[in-house]
Amino acid sequence: MSEPAPAQADPPKPQLHVAPSPHLASTATTGGMMLDVLIGLLPVTVMAAYYFGLHALIQVGICVGSCMIFELMFNAMRGKPASILDGSAAVAGAILGLSMPWNAPWYAGVVGSLVAMGIGKIIFGGLGQNIFNPAMVGRTFVMISFSVSIGSAAYVVHDAPMEVVTQASPLSVAKEAAGAADLPGLWALFIGNVNGSLGETCSLACIIGGLWMVLRRSAAWRTPAGSVLGLAVISLIAQLIDPQSLTMLQHLVGGAFLFGAFFIATDPVTSPVTPRGQWIFGIGYGVLVFLIRQYSAYPEGVAFAILLMNALTPLINRWTIPTPVGGPAPALVKK
Amino acid sequence: MTTLTDAPHGSGTFPRGIHPPHRKKPAEACTIEVLPTPAQVTIPLLQHTGAPNEPLIVKPRTDVTVGQKIGASDAFISAPVHASINGQTARATAITLPNGRHVNAIPIKAGEEQPSAEELYDDHFGGDWPTDYSDREPKEIIEAIKEAGLVGLGGAAFPTYVKLSPPPGKTIDTLLLNGAECEPYLTADYRLMVEAQAAIVSGALAAARAMQVDNIVIAIEDNKPQAVDKMRQAVQGTAVQVIAVKTKYPQGGEKQLILATLKRIVPTGGLPLDVGVVVMNVGTAAAAARAVARGKPLTHRVITVTGAGVNHPKNVLAPVGATFTELVNFCGGLTEDAARLVAGGPMMGFTLGSLDTPVTKGASGLTVLTQQDLRKAEETACVRCGRCVDVCPLNLVPTKIALAARCQAWDLAKRYHMVACMECGCCAYECPASIPLVQLIRMAKAQAPRD
Repeated sequence: MSEPAPAQADPPKPQLHVAPSPHLASTATTGGMMLDVLIGLLPVTVMAAYYFGLHALIQVGICVGSCMIFELMFNAMRGKPASILDGSAAVAGAILGLSMPWNAPWYAGVVGSLVAMGIGKIIFGGLGQNIFNPAMVGRTFVMISFSVSIGSAAYVVHDAPMEVVTQASPLSVAKEAAGAADLPGLWALFIGNVNGSLGETCSLACIIGGLWMVLRRSAAWRTPAGSVLGLAVISLIAQLIDPQSLTMLQHLVGGAFLFGAFFIATDPVTSPVTPRGQWIFGIGYGVLVFLIRQYSAYPEGVAFAILLMNALTPLINRWTIPTPVGGPAPALVKK
Repeated sequence: MTTLTDAPHGSGTFPRGIHPPHRKKPAEACTIEVLPTPAQVTIPLLQHTGAPNEPLIVKPRTDVTVGQKIGASDAFISAPVHASINGQTARATAITLPNGRHVNAIPIKAGEEQPSAEELYDDHFGGDWPTDYSDREPKEIIEAIKEAGLVGLGGAAFPTYVKLSPPPGKTIDTLLLNGAECEPYLTADYRLMVEAQAAIVSGALAAARAMQVDNIVIAIEDNKPQAVDKMRQAVQGTAVQVIAVKTKYPQGGEKQLILATLKRIVPTGGLPLDVGVVVMNVGTAAAAARAVARGKPLTHRVITVTGAGVNHPKNVLAPVGATFTELVNFCGGLTEDAARLVAGGPMMGFTLGSLDTPVTKGASGLTVLTQQDLRKAEETACVRCGRCVDVCPLNLVPTKIALAARCQAWDLAKRYHMVACMECGCCAYECPASIPLVQLIRMAKAQAPRD
């Protein structure tokens, strides 16, 4: 009996995969979009550091660091893989930090981050599942909890090293004086040479960073456009009715409106996905900012306006289902 | 019929869509080469959208010649199949097409006598092509196209004669020739437009005569300037117009092309003929000319074999029924890092599990992708960034439909107009979270209960 001839070695066969189309994909990633947001926040951070010195960087550092640590911690508690590298925790931390006053106590940032990540995000199921913007949840929580140390009164420090903080923030001035006459000039509001939360004072930096994100398609352009439109129209009407109130331009460049319009309202997770919905969200945000500034006890209404619009987002999505090119599907027409 | 006065007035593009890499370079400059006659071909009895054919030759070892009809059907929506080589039939067999359908097929073993490569090339593209069909009756033209087994060569493989016979009550005023070739990699239509314009124009005129339509438009994406120039020269003295449309995927989708060239909107669930248009691929037009002017059935087609996974990309004139193995061998074989074989282009093509699959009439290309070309990213959560909405050519909300599909929430998927989706894949291409959006929607369309 002879041994069977050794099987001849097959030529190397490539490993072939079967998969449904499409077989190509763009290089865009969620992490890349978050990086765009962080880059967009850079001019704002630089200007904050310019006006408020090291205090700005410390606040942002505390919030970014604790947001990332809490995200890691909560993910570990849920037994989920760490999602820290997608950058969303860093973005939430940066926005939270930039929405703080320069002299906020360190624990305000830490507690804010804890609430932002825990109750704002992870409790809903993590990235993509939350209803409310995490940073705004955290910010609102600390604003109510530590109303003395970071409320509007805390912004004014007469013996501070920076000149800007020796006066009340513009919107507080407007609220207390009930008039627009005592406000800093428009130019000072535009370049940020006024008191306020770290990231909100420099409108110019918000616009530059916002345009970057819009051009990179990492933020929907319709949301900020709708925001500006909404606030501009309603505040112009108010200005025409009562010339004593804040003018349209003061509304637009004063306070945190632009920071919110470009960086917070555009948070994709908590804003509508449809084009018309993004317009509605933006306009609603602008109008709510005006109403809260004008009629509530608070001088500023950005955080509340965002949270209220966040709550409406699922509804807005349903209201604004776009009609397909070619009209609705026949089966739906019959009903 | 309508005259040229209300000729094209589209903007040359459609809203949204994507810009994938063109990747036309590998095969763009390769002249169409004729595949040497393989030792055997396997002719599937169903290569089109519609009813399968019954075999006309049941007995094995029957002699057949190129162009002999070997399968036919009485159904209205069907197209006969023909022997693509000279030889002897073998016992009928069952094969699996790239789209997953199991169909019967008739193998043919090659005989000694075969037409030479030059003869085949000249027969398909060479010589003079008529530009005047006024002496032919429309019915006669449609019959010739039907007998030739013509189907749409762009990929959908819908029987051409059915398209040319609009149901009563529908008026057709425009014949739109699709030379967009918007799929990355593929260059088969491009080569035809560069090498065989006369056949394309002739076929367009024949089809127009069959429908008694005067308005004939050829649309070509503007990344193929040479094709646009050559076609413009070729249509001189005829009623045919050539339009360069914007290079954007899916420009070659009928609905997008009609919108871009004619500014007409095909209703959801409707067909081009609902807006008075018949769309025909340029390759189909060339085959129509051959069928009508030369009485030759559709036995061969041009197919692009390309991609980084193929050693020598080429455009090949191959007989229907030749296997992809023969095509790949003709093109120097696969490289070692070849990872995925796609019948058609990478955006909408089907993957082949095996190279031993026959080329069908609708196969426009074989794109071999390497490990490097394929997306490796893990799927992550949807952050509702809306990029899929920004690119959907039909103005849908892909993420909502796909996530509804995942939960089998059919009503929700329908409310978001799931059925309108044409599965072009722009959403899945664009998604930064690597969610298989169009794949989920496709699944939903197949699984959702019909109402």
